[in-house]
Amino acid sequence: MTDYLLTGARILGGEPSDILIADGRIASVTDVSTRSNAGDVETIDATGLIALPGLVDLHTHLREPGREDAETVETGTRAAAMGGFTAVHAMANTEPVADTAGVVEQVWRLGREAGYCDVFPVGAVTVGLAGERLAELGAMADSAARVRVFSDDGKCVSDPVLMRRALEYVKAFDGVIAQHPQEPRLTEEAQMNEGELSGRLGLRGWPAVAEEAIIARDCLLAAHVGSRLHVCHVSTAGSVEILRWARTKGWNVTAEVCPHHLLLTDELAATYDPIYKVNPPLRTQADVEAVRAGLADGTLDIVATDHAPHPHEDKDCEWQAAAFGMLGLETALSIVQHTMVDTGLIDWAGVAERMSAVPARIGRLEGHGRPIAEGEPANVVLYDAAATRTIEASEMASLSRNTPYAGMELPGRVVATFLRGKPTVLDGKLT
Amino acid sequence: MPPTQPELAEQPDTGSETGPDTGRTVLDARDLSRALTRISHEILERNRGSRDLVLLGIPTRGVHLAHRIAAKISEVEGIDVPVGSLDVTMYRDDLRMRPARALLPTEIPPGGIDDKTVVLVDDVLYSGRTIRAALDAMNDIGRPRAVRLAVLVDRGHRDLPIRADFVGKNLPTSTAESVAVRLEEHDGEDSVTIR
Amino acid sequence: MKKHLLSAADLTRDDAELILETAEELRSLADRPIKKLPALRGRTIVNLFFEDSTRTRISFEAAAKRLSADVINFSAKGSSLSKGESLKDTALTLEAMGADAVVVRHWASGAPHNLANAGWSRSSVINAGDGTHEHPTQALLDAFTMTRHLAPEKGQGLDGRRVAIVGDVLHSRVARSNALLLHTLGAEVTLVAPPTLLPYGVDSWNVQTSYDLDAVLPKTDVVMMLRVQRERMNASYFPSVREYSRRYGLDARRMATLQDHAIVMHPGPMIRGMEITADVADSERSVIVEQVTNGVAVRMAVLYLLLGGAEPAITTGDTVPEPVEGSTGPTTGDGENDA
Ligand SMILES: [Zn+2]
Repeated sequence: MTDYLLTGARILGGEPSDILIADGRIASVTDVSTRSNAGDVETIDATGLIALPGLVDLHTHLREPGREDAETVETGTRAAAMGGFTAVHAMANTEPVADTAGVVEQVWRLGREAGYCDVFPVGAVTVGLAGERLAELGAMADSAARVRVFSDDGKCVSDPVLMRRALEYVKAFDGVIAQHPQEPRLTEEAQMNEGELSGRLGLRGWPAVAEEAIIARDCLLAAHVGSRLHVCHVSTAGSVEILRWARTKGWNVTAEVCPHHLLLTDELAATYDPIYKVNPPLRTQADVEAVRAGLADGTLDIVATDHAPHPHEDKDCEWQAAAFGMLGLETALSIVQHTMVDTGLIDWAGVAERMSAVPARIGRLEGHGRPIAEGEPANVVLYDAAATRTIEASEMASLSRNTPYAGMELPGRVVATFLRGKPTVLDGKLT
Repeated sequence: MPPTQPELAEQPDTGSETGPDTGRTVLDARDLSRALTRISHEILERNRGSRDLVLLGIPTRGVHLAHRIAAKISEVEGIDVPVGSLDVTMYRDDLRMRPARALLPTEIPPGGIDDKTVVLVDDVLYSGRTIRAALDAMNDIGRPRAVRLAVLVDRGHRDLPIRADFVGKNLPTSTAESVAVRLEEHDGEDSVTIR
Repeated sequence: MKKHLLSAADLTRDDAELILETAEELRSLADRPIKKLPALRGRTIVNLFFEDSTRTRISFEAAAKRLSADVINFSAKGSSLSKGESLKDTALTLEAMGADAVVVRHWASGAPHNLANAGWSRSSVINAGDGTHEHPTQALLDAFTMTRHLAPEKGQGLDGRRVAIVGDVLHSRVARSNALLLHTLGAEVTLVAPPTLLPYGVDSWNVQTSYDLDAVLPKTDVVMMLRVQRERMNASYFPSVREYSRRYGLDARRMATLQDHAIVMHPGPMIRGMEITADVADSERSVIVEQVTNGVAVRMAVLYLLLGGAEPAITTGDTVPEPVEGSTGPTTGDGENDA
């Protein structure tokens, strides 16, 4: 196995250091002034680049099994590596649904074979995501995939009794329920954020309360039974407020925000271009400001991509007929830089917290989200924050092309990604 | 109809620039009135009276002229000749060569035009294409016994085998010149100028 | 350049007035022996209907045929499984057929925008009703009908006229387009409905709203009743048909509170006994039948102004405003009356 010396890298945006990677671990981190002849290593000039711990995504749709026309574990993990991720959680809404030990192990094995990043399957909360009875959560936890995160994502566990039981049950193996907060009756056939624009565009509205009511209920439930709750893709100012309140109570609730909700607004729906159709929907500028503030002050713990690939035909059609979702892995870090770092809301250490350390902790991952320090697993991403790039849908490593950022100029570029000492991306290209 | 037409080389509607003091006056108000009187008499003579006569003006100024002629006929005969207007916009052969144009009024008098002698009235006769369009337009409205043409000015340069039956003034021009008809009802004064 | 009529909001006041004036000229065609004009000879117009609407289709078809266009009716109503693909595939087919304009009716809001902007086709797109979004030609024919009754003199407009639009505004594309167009034309619109049937965010529209029909009627010049589907009752928009009719239906007693000159409109199809009683619908104030006649003239005007020349005369969609030779052009210039 080749050893690497990353010279002059600014760890978490700090002073330049040399990082020596050997045998899959970080062998040393030294000041550049003490650089000695490193011997038989490959030297990568990381001058000016920022070194971050490998990113961890708690919310990825890899589509395999079932929708290999949209994404496979192979292509999805390539996209992840290109985005600086070393671990992703693969959501359970595949076909078949990842609601048994068999399916989660299959996904887990495909991830190991792909080798571009670690894949941690998320188990379904209910059988077939039908919201009727619990899936075999324990069996998935005990499987080779060691599932700790359970979610019916795409659907809300709306039955309060079922949600309560799920929250309680996963305590036995330190699991967490990641809720997709969407009150189903309030969002029947909903197409976009309910606001001034939905009325004018004649698109069925998706009220903020449909999200906020579930979050409030689940926070209360989690507190009541003393369980861990994770809230997926928080999109409204009201949700941030509720979560801030829950945090003051000291309840064990974590929450994520998606890059697109940090940047894009519902105004984009006026184009009727389904590339902007996503669940939960793009909200208003006030909501964007609120989720940014929530992410900055720690109310929202992490950024998760909700990377949702769709084949061309599912987006090249009427808004109402189109699928929900957008690509996220390859642009997440740039969006976070653009919306959070370049705006002065958080620093690079804050980025490492929110995109690596905390998501790893929520997922109970060992070997990810660790600091860049001697003896730690060598999961490292080198990032050129000074670069700018124009997003081209056709250049995505993902099998799908549904990026809402096509044509946009975004800051930053992943130069290299190391997974346990092995480069998955070098010079901005997949290895 | 061949698509190569001199109209393409013609000036657009440049009226606002053609102020009263630009160009050479060919007919003043009195001349203009005399010309219309003569046309009115000729129409009556040719038609042997005002029986079954219908005047159709081509908007905009042709309609005003038609009304004036009708008034003069009424003075002579004591009978009101029906007057209408006939818009030819949709029948123009250059319809597709310019942006879509607003329509002008078409008003057919209550008695219609079937078996009537229709006198088309226009201000200037030039290429003849407007009149051709007018004949087509009339064809969709009814079947006159006869169609005559009255124009205030005939400036020549015909592209089609069309000639006027009643002419206020024959005005030899070059194609580079432009003729402007101004009428009291529309422009605040009566005059024909050339420049 | 593409030329489309997708939303009533695309129309400037000048555009709208040009359409209405042109429609006024074209309306007289109905009284002539030959109801045909040559303006669109050789143009192909496709009626692309993803949703049944015999009335609207026939109206557009008559309009196109009276302008001598070739008309192809394309009913794409079918499997909802392939609904996403079918719009694009159909657009490509129409493109191959050389359609100059596509009149599209669709169950999905925004489908005409997709057709116009997705790069699938170069035709003009005319929105003939999309989902719960808009129906701009219906608004134009409504404005035309109002103008004929309330502002019959040339040059008179709808400025300051009060129009009450009553009923299921939430699901009504007619209400949306009318609210936009009537505002452009200077009229004052009041949307009257139970709160459940007014769209969220209606405060940001340039309209007034009321929950009280009786308070609005005596002040209004036009009352436009919208269709209310019975099924809305099952979704709890209102408790019962009886209660709806009592509070928001137009019956003879309510009609009697209207001003003498006020007219009653309905975009059809009506549900007699629900939002309007039969005697009101058939009364002298009702211009509902006339709306249908006017629909043909207005659609002729739209088709002519979009397709009649080398470029459209109205500044819809992505077009650059074009100067129009008005009927009151200052003079004949160089004898160009013969041009
Ligand atoms: Zn979700």
